[in-house]
Amino acid sequence: MSADGKLKVATVSLAGCFGCHMSLLDMDERIIDLLEHVEFERSPLTDIKRVGRCDIGLIEGGVCNAENVQVLREFRRRCHTLVALGACAVNGGLPAQRNHLDVGQCLQAVYLSRQGLEGGRVPDDPELPLPLDKVHPIHEVVRIDYFLPGCPPSGELIFTFLSDLIRGRSPRLGHPALHYD
Amino acid sequence: MSETARFLLDGAPVPFAEGQTILEAARAAGRYIPHLCWHPDFPPHGSCKLCIVDVGGRHLSACATPAVDGATAASDTPEINAERRALLQMLFVEGNHFCPSCEKSGLCQLQAMASELGMTTPRFNHFYPDRPVDASHPDVLLDFNRCIYCELCVRASRDKDGKSVFALTNRGIHKHLVVNAESGRLGDTDFAADDVAAGICPVGVILRKRVGFAVPIGSRTYDTRPISAVSMDREEP
Repeated sequence: MSADGKLKVATVSLAGCFGCHMSLLDMDERIIDLLEHVEFERSPLTDIKRVGRCDIGLIEGGVCNAENVQVLREFRRRCHTLVALGACAVNGGLPAQRNHLDVGQCLQAVYLSRQGLEGGRVPDDPELPLPLDKVHPIHEVVRIDYFLPGCPPSGELIFTFLSDLIRGRSPRLGHPALHYD
Repeated sequence: MSETARFLLDGAPVPFAEGQTILEAARAAGRYIPHLCWHPDFPPHGSCKLCIVDVGGRHLSACATPAVDGATAASDTPEINAERRALLQMLFVEGNHFCPSCEKSGLCQLQAMASELGMTTPRFNHFYPDRPVDASHPDVLLDFNRCIYCELCVRASRDKDGKSVFALTNRGIHKHLVVNAESGRLGDTDFAADDVAAGICPVGVILRKRVGFAVPIGSRTYDTRPISAVSMDREEP
């Protein structure tokens, strides 16, 4: 909790499309109500790069590379409550559609075999995180406290969910708020 | 048996006629018991186990258990619904159920059931099996990624259409849906888009081509009404 009694919230997009973050912003002016109770810590919205002690961590996206694993574990260590936000965090989503393919063959197909790429090479800059052989939902890597499915979950749903968490209530989802598409 | 034969479902009396199953009697009395492989036009299959009810401490398939006068059955309890969620979670991780890309989204009973029962996470580790689609038929696409082995297509094609186009093969975790043709391809069978089996799939395996998005996502059957309400009116494939 911050000095003025606000809950600290950190957010990150791993193997996601930032759609869930767009949805977070889609709660429009209610984000001002939210800011009465929370303070954003590390997040694409604040551009803070390191995550400190936080009350709530929102994770968008699954885990597709070594950096995702490291960031996710850091969030788990620093956040009291960790939330899987959206389809990709919950079940791997679109990036996991590559899981039945061989990642080496994928890279070769993209960077070597396509027409016009003769003499190309698979990028190997040391700054590039190594891809995992499969994309994993985040609950397969760390313990997750809450799951918010949807591609993306609506701004309305995210607002209600966070409002419940802030007030110490256990968020409950049912039809029609709980959907997977 | 007299017309006053009754059993208790979640504490409320349900009358039944002799020979009715717990699920049939409950439906006739306007009481919903979740189910996936059961369909009113077919004999009970008893494989999905979503319709389990607690009768005297034993968990029985309501679709295949005859109602008994004076019995007590529990269905809508936190314990039974948690078991149902676990069954759904196993179905979800065993196949590839990527709802955002599925043209059956909003019309899918597996998805609607997960929403009904409050499944927020697949909980188990995903299998991500490799199951290529079969687009060989001019009017119908088969996407095996979403099969839940309810055998409704198998039963419909055999018992209603008289064609036996589908079958389940192998056992346990290796069980999968196959097409009854030497090539294994739907295009090499006499399957037709107006077969009963073409419209019976509760998930997104058997898909008629060129009509997938006639109703937009967001205004579909289960987008607007929960499956517990829809199912009591009619079974929506």
